[in-house]
Amino acid sequence: MSSVAQKKGFGAAVWDWMTTVDHKKIGILYLLGGAFFFVLGGIEALFIRWQLLTPQNDFVTAGMFNDLITMHGTTMIFLAAMPILFGFMNAIVPLQIGARDVAFPFINSLGFWMFMLGGIFLNLSWLFGEVPDAGWTSYASLSLVSPGHGIDFYALGLQIAGAGTLMAGINFLVTIINMRAPGMTYMRMPLFTWTTFIASAMILFAFPPLTVGLFFLTFDRMFGGQFFNHLMGGNTIIWEHIFWIFGHPEVYILILPAFGIFSEIFSTFARKRLFGYPSMVFATVLIGFLGFMVWAHHMFTVGLGPTANAIFAVATMAIAVPTGVKIFNWLLTMWGGSIKVTTPMLYALGFIPSFVMGGVTGVMQGSAPLDYQLHDSYFIVAHFHYVIVGGVVLAILAGTHYWWPKMFGTMLNETLGKITFVFFFIGFHMTFLIQHWLGFWGMPRRVWTYMPNQGWDLANMISTIGAISMGIGVIILVFNAIMATIKNERVGNDPWGDGRTLEWAIPSPPPFYNFPQTPLVRGLDSVWLEKMDGNESGFLPAEPVKDIHMPYGSILPFIMTLGLFIAGFGAMFRLEHAWGLPVLVGGLVVTFFAMAARSVRDDLGFYVTKEEVLQTEKEIAQRGHN
Amino acid sequence: MKKGLKKWRLFSLLTVLAIFLAGCGQEEISTLMPAGQVGRDQFNLLMIAAAIMLSVIFVVVTIYTIALVKFRRSKLGEDHIPEQTEGSHFLEMVWTVIPIILVLIFAVVTVYYTYKLGDVSAMGATDEEGNPENLVVDVTAKLYWWEFEYKDLGIITAQELVVPTDEKVYFNLIAADVKHSFWIPAVGGKLDTNVENVNKFYLVFEKESKDLRDGVFYGKCAELCGPSHALMDFKVKSLPRAEFDEWVVAMQNTADEKPVANQKGEEVFVQSGCIGCHATDATAVQGGVKQSGTQGPNLATFGDRNRVAGFMPHDAENLEDWIRDTQKNKPGNKMPSYGEDQISNDEMDALVEYLMGLKVEEK
Amino acid sequence: MDVLNHKFTPETWPEHPERATLEAKNKFVGFWLFLGGETILFATLFATYLALRNSGPDGFEHTTQSLYDLKLVLVMTLLLLTSSLTSVYAVYHMRNFNFKKMQIWMSITALLGTGFLMVEVYEFVHYVGLGFTFGSSAFASAFFTLVGTHGLHVAVGLVWITLLIWRNAKRGLNLYNATKYYTFSLYWHFIDVVWVFIFTVVYLMGVIG
Repeated sequence: MSSVAQKKGFGAAVWDWMTTVDHKKIGILYLLGGAFFFVLGGIEALFIRWQLLTPQNDFVTAGMFNDLITMHGTTMIFLAAMPILFGFMNAIVPLQIGARDVAFPFINSLGFWMFMLGGIFLNLSWLFGEVPDAGWTSYASLSLVSPGHGIDFYALGLQIAGAGTLMAGINFLVTIINMRAPGMTYMRMPLFTWTTFIASAMILFAFPPLTVGLFFLTFDRMFGGQFFNHLMGGNTIIWEHIFWIFGHPEVYILILPAFGIFSEIFSTFARKRLFGYPSMVFATVLIGFLGFMVWAHHMFTVGLGPTANAIFAVATMAIAVPTGVKIFNWLLTMWGGSIKVTTPMLYALGFIPSFVMGGVTGVMQGSAPLDYQLHDSYFIVAHFHYVIVGGVVLAILAGTHYWWPKMFGTMLNETLGKITFVFFFIGFHMTFLIQHWLGFWGMPRRVWTYMPNQGWDLANMISTIGAISMGIGVIILVFNAIMATIKNERVGNDPWGDGRTLEWAIPSPPPFYNFPQTPLVRGLDSVWLEKMDGNESGFLPAEPVKDIHMPYGSILPFIMTLGLFIAGFGAMFRLEHAWGLPVLVGGLVVTFFAMAARSVRDDLGFYVTKEEVLQTEKEIAQRGHN
Repeated sequence: MKKGLKKWRLFSLLTVLAIFLAGCGQEEISTLMPAGQVGRDQFNLLMIAAAIMLSVIFVVVTIYTIALVKFRRSKLGEDHIPEQTEGSHFLEMVWTVIPIILVLIFAVVTVYYTYKLGDVSAMGATDEEGNPENLVVDVTAKLYWWEFEYKDLGIITAQELVVPTDEKVYFNLIAADVKHSFWIPAVGGKLDTNVENVNKFYLVFEKESKDLRDGVFYGKCAELCGPSHALMDFKVKSLPRAEFDEWVVAMQNTADEKPVANQKGEEVFVQSGCIGCHATDATAVQGGVKQSGTQGPNLATFGDRNRVAGFMPHDAENLEDWIRDTQKNKPGNKMPSYGEDQISNDEMDALVEYLMGLKVEEK
Repeated sequence: MDVLNHKFTPETWPEHPERATLEAKNKFVGFWLFLGGETILFATLFATYLALRNSGPDGFEHTTQSLYDLKLVLVMTLLLLTSSLTSVYAVYHMRNFNFKKMQIWMSITALLGTGFLMVEVYEFVHYVGLGFTFGSSAFASAFFTLVGTHGLHVAVGLVWITLLIWRNAKRGLNLYNATKYYTFSLYWHFIDVVWVFIFTVVYLMGVIG
């Protein structure tokens, strides 16, 4: 933080963050927003597990349990995992490709606020006491008859948050296509950038179906539509198709950036170039492509017929091949390297066996006839937690430790980090390994309680104890983050000492314009290459120091989102309160005027002069010596 | 020495864990002890899958462990700069081709079983006299109970499915309100009951349920359907064909011979309006069209059942508790509760005795 | 470079003004990607429409055959196709740095679009008058949502181009607003293509069978 920022009052600081279009600050906002929802979703998970600790437990009611499972799933996928990954993408990808910002800073800010207010909208359902309760999949027949406004909160909240995601996706695509530094060809991009690229492309094609599906649901529930009402000719299976055409790519949207994070970590802490880089890129693209071809494997028991089931079964198994390629490439990256077990590396090491187990159970369920047994049992619960927690969440925790210094300029404590890992990792396997067997033993998922004497009691108790251990791990991490911020021990450009990609060639955190001069890239792992060639800074400029063009901040993204947020309440209460319709229209008008203002006002940004750039660089250099 | 001891301890711990984890669950509900052809096919598939997958895990973990032990910086020294290998075409081919082969093997088996288990072509087959060759049960899933109609036999029952052993039993599945899913874990995989279309499949019951702990297989609803999804259980009785035929005849006779264990109870049953939703006559269907009293579960076999409301122990106390407060026991279900102002305690005792006496099986 | 005030002549005006600066290039690529997403959105709507076509409660009366009037739809199609052509003229004049002609052709485009929208509103009002409302069957919901979403896109496009024409009336063409005009024309072509599909899949297939 520059000295200017520290002089600002609290109000000015809040205004600064609300209007910011700086990708690094938006990255931090995403990370903090996502972390908030991650903790919230975690508390919901603990309530779920506590209810299932013993048979016929009455810790929560049946209705409340369905609220909890729905909100846990929805929160973790849409409001925790994706935003935190977006946080890393925002903070890191422009740095990795040597850009000064993302392609659309204004839209970047808009995307963040839509996620945040959409998430808050969804969670306000708790305060209204009418919570979504049809599962995160919200299958139509149940979600249509669900009383109260719970599902309305789901449909409208996700609509707002989903639109934000779509914008973020387009933004990253254009950033990566157009704003790479000289010499940064596609095949020199770090793997995290590559996975961001592919995940963004998947967002572009996967989220519109979700938008449409949510509109159908909204219409059916609030505006007299008949899409899913079979008595009026509607069809509930349409919802299932639309949801999974979105939903399956969605899990790859989560896991691909996770693969990217681990690729960076493996090669950094094995001090070795990523093994088989081209095949890693190809595998990423292939997984992204196949991800759109397999949605119906979530619907094997719907009764699509043996031919459809057989086709989707085989397509599903095909994904195992590129995923396997990735696993072996990581192993061979370690092989012959010089492995240093830092906290991020510890997570990466924990990821491999965990994710392989999640992957193979996925192939097992890809076999349709076997899935008839496993589907909607605790086996599937175990499976997707193995890939999402064992893959995505471990990546998020690894990335948090790995990039924390780059984002905040301080280091998280390594010892505490390792303690977090131990609690989390052991807790994770304890919670979910046993659930495979619960599934074999006939326990359906999403059950609020279970009768004794079905052989499930001990396994459920083990699972709950594991969940508590995971909770302890997260608490230690939060403590670690707070302590690091309070201590505020500043770090240099590359605190890990083995940084390979461009983000490690500039200060932590970088100045608002990122690179004083655009870098020149001469190969994969640019910083490492420069250092090996004797260039200690790891940085090779492509141009002399010049004036730098930067965008202005704006409050309009927040106002636009606020309009939608308000309109959401209007839509929801339109039928029972007279104020509903005016509020709906009023909210949309606010959004519309903010958009018109954005369109009509010229916003050309400003130039940071060469002198200012040199002055800032000097200050940072001096700070380093203190 | 000390290290060896540690290893031994770890090993024994792992063994205990393995034995525990390899547990097969309970016979009446576990997919790991299949009691019929469908479940066994699926179990075999599981074993093939597990063998392939465990071998993959083994290979990965082996390479992983060696790499981790051999290439630690603490061993190699801080300044060691490893060779920056770009890749290896040979190795990459190996770990592309071998998985493809494994997947292909698994795919072939999968496709075979998909068609085998999806084959319902014999469902409507009739013999020379035009009689159906196979037993077909129409299952209707409702909030939160199951109705089983044997259309060809003109009988209907609920909550407890009765089937003959050692033959293919075909099912037509549909839901009356929201989507549910029909699952008998020990006998075979599940199939959804959709609201808009009938799903068809078959199961084979190769074990008589009387040998099981409760004398029944457990059936579950496997699709979230509302607050009481967890309680939407049903039970399955499998009988040898001869006994099944006797049961069918007894069921068909319930129109004429209704067992009345308590006269007053029957009056309460009629006067309190129970009869409006619950028939005690298993033939309350004609040509597949349901007669009056079919909104709630048919009670013709109530006394034979294993559970009250699908999941509570089958005794007088629980039955009374159920009728008194259905919402407490099964939140969100459609049956009204009957307080003491509607059915007095005396009447309740009579009603319970009457209901418990509704039997078609000799006991 | 000051993109707003830099003065050009037809000679110095770049061949592709819509992507002459980095910001413009970003918008150009971003908008193409956005249209990719829109394609999926409409594809989902089309798929749903096809699945629910002529499906309603027992004994419902309004079907594609009884409802659609091809003459009216043909008028709409001609209006929109012509407007797509006029927007091509507008972009042609933009490339030649002829601001005035570009404005005129864009205005004609907007007028034709307004005409299309008015006929569509008439069509919807007519249907509702017949008793074919949004909630009368699954088919009705799917029809109104698909065609209505397209209509909404037309309406948004009209507001957009009106704002552009008005805002830049006195400023003339520069590298800042050239991209805006260009992306509008892309958007307009996209809407036009979607309409061709609606015409074929909804109306033509609906009437013919």
